Amino acid sequence: MTLQAVLVIAAALFAVGLYGAISQQVLVMVMMGLELMINAVILAAAGLWWFLAPTPDGHVLLLVVIAAMTVEMAMGFAVATVLHRSRGSDMTDMSTDLKQ
Amino acid sequence: MTGVVQTVLFWGLGAVAVAAGVVVFRTDSMARATYALAASFVAVGAQVLFLHLDYVGVIVVLMMVMEMAVMAVYMVMFMGMNPALMPMSMVHSRKTSLGVAAGAFIVLAGGALLVPWPARRGAPAVDLTVSLGQATMGSKMLVMLVVSPVLFSTIVSALVLALPRSRYDRLGDDLRRRPAEDPQPGGVGR
Repeated sequence: MTLQAVLVIAAALFAVGLYGAISQQVLVMVMMGLELMINAVILAAAGLWWFLAPTPDGHVLLLVVIAAMTVEMAMGFAVATVLHRSRGSDMTDMSTDLKQ
Repeated sequence: MTGVVQTVLFWGLGAVAVAAGVVVFRTDSMARATYALAASFVAVGAQVLFLHLDYVGVIVVLMMVMEMAVMAVYMVMFMGMNPALMPMSMVHSRKTSLGVAAGAFIVLAGGALLVPWPARRGAPAVDLTVSLGQATMGSKMLVMLVVSPVLFSTIVSALVLALPRSRYDRLGDDLRRRPAEDPQPGGVGR
């Protein structure tokens, strides 16, 4: 178990999440992609913390990342709810008002 | 646990995490996608435990299992049809997305393997969870003081977004309308 191994696995998770976040049409599936990416960040941060500087600073930073994941989930569900109520759909392609 | 067994287990958990992540976007069933994501999170949580972050690892597993249960409910609520019964493509820009994802993996993994990482500085505390608690209640308290209002404002703004009718809909812009305009009139004093 090395830092490189941890980071390569985290890179693979990040890439899979990135694919989902870009390619999916359903809003909740986009959220799943974003969560996989944050999951990768947690793993990479944990690896960097343990192998480079195992002080409480990095440990606290991980708690902040987990809090960011919580915020993303809560706001994502709220946006999905309001989008479904106003458009009757949860597709990202139907919420492109700002693009027009 | 010997080093070899630990390494094999760690790579095994990594393979499970990545494979479950791929299944999320390959399966037609929304329920299966949700459970696959939960499996990916549990595997990463176990990997974090391998890195001696007991508190963070357990938090990740518990939080994500609950979150996926909520997400499964949302999937059932909001999906207009059941893709497991009526398979159809729900993706756009598939080739571009695959290219971007592959490029990101090559850059990130290449960086991980090629960067000359420095040697470890400092030693971990004897009890890491205790040291984390002392840091959050001591030298790193400002971080928690910032995170707390962020989480609170998230609760408020998510509720404001998700509520179908606010008090302004009921009582008017000046909040003086009496009786309140409700879809179903009634209640005490009305």
